[in-house]
Amino acid sequence: MEIKVLKDILSANDRIAQRNRQLLDSHKIFAVNIMASPGAGKTSLIMETTKRLEGRVKPGVIEGDIASSIDAEAVGKMGVPVVQINTGGECHLDANMISNALGSLPLPEIQVLFIENVGNLVCPAEFALGEHLKVLIVHTPEGDDKPFKYPLMFHAVDAVIINKIDLLPYVKFNLEAYTKTVKSINSQVAIFPLSCTTGQGLDAWVAWLVEMASSLTR
Amino acid sequence: MHELSVTQSMLDIVLEQAKRAEARRVARINLIIGEMTGVVGDSVSFYLDILSKGTIAEGAAVNIKSIPATAKCRKCGSIFELGEHDWTCPACQGDSFEIVGGPELFVDSIEVE
Ligand SMILES: Nc1nc2c(ncn2[C@@H]2O[C@H](COP(=O)(O)OP(=O)(O)OP(=O)(O)O)[C@@H](O)[C@H]2O)c(=O)[nH]1
Ligand SMILES: [Mg+2]
Ligand SMILES: [Zn+2]
Repeated sequence: MEIKVLKDILSANDRIAQRNRQLLDSHKIFAVNIMASPGAGKTSLIMETTKRLEGRVKPGVIEGDIASSIDAEAVGKMGVPVVQINTGGECHLDANMISNALGSLPLPEIQVLFIENVGNLVCPAEFALGEHLKVLIVHTPEGDDKPFKYPLMFHAVDAVIINKIDLLPYVKFNLEAYTKTVKSINSQVAIFPLSCTTGQGLDAWVAWLVEMASSLTR
Repeated sequence: MHELSVTQSMLDIVLEQAKRAEARRVARINLIIGEMTGVVGDSVSFYLDILSKGTIAEGAAVNIKSIPATAKCRKCGSIFELGEHDWTCPACQGDSFEIVGGPELFVDSIEVE
């Protein structure tokens, strides 16, 4: 006997993500899922953004990593509430991990929650966490062919940050063609070329983020 | 890369549906997997062999229908497969598309006894 099922394999994850979203909304927390390949600048962006939010918006951070806690320690030193998730080999964060992490954060003290996903351009795109915003960081040294290799990721995000533009003179990266390619499969996406090292372009990203976050609490 | 957790979620759905149908055995699992997900069919079969041990889905055959990464041109409506070096509409050279195939990850149906 054949039984028609037609069910999304990740629907169990999606249900937990919805619960996370309700919890976040009830605390008026705006959650940002930050995805990128290893070393693209996820931790750097979180730290630079946090500095620029000081006195305006209260941040919190969830650090996802396969094994280490180096990033969480760096963020913790800034006095920001942070919780570390070690995925124990899993290549992405899932909604259940976030649900557990939310339990150990001081939620009433947080307005914007940055979630550093595991460095990987494939799997994180498929696992909803309950976030309000999906942000992808690409960095100029990885070259400009990534949209063609990982279309799902570029298709799924609200913003693409092109980090390390200070290195543009030394690497093969055509910013204009890249922007056009990303926009072709994601017409709504916001694109921010910037450098976490020099600070160039960061203000535009932070202003946009604050605007997006305030639309939740309005 | 995340075939283990995908296979576990898939098996949960299969077992729940089989139980609801009061089946004694799951003979076949039909999946729909879009190419954009990067999920490798062979790995799913491999993990299923391990994860299904001792369940009524043990020994079930897995059949995967693969969906290519497909786009629809916003300008002329042509449907085409996304290439690996260049994304331009082959019909009108348009450069704005909607993704119409590729992200799927579904249990389509199961065959039970
Ligand atoms: N030149 C340059 N280097 C940068 C920039 N942003 C970050 N880096 C450097 O890139 C390296 C990786 O940055 P991280 O912020 O740790 O990257 P990540 O994505 O968090 O890395 P993982 O968590 O290990 O995947 C560090 O050595 C940073 O100093 C930038 O804008 N320009
Ligand atoms: Mg990091
Ligand atoms: Zn066209």
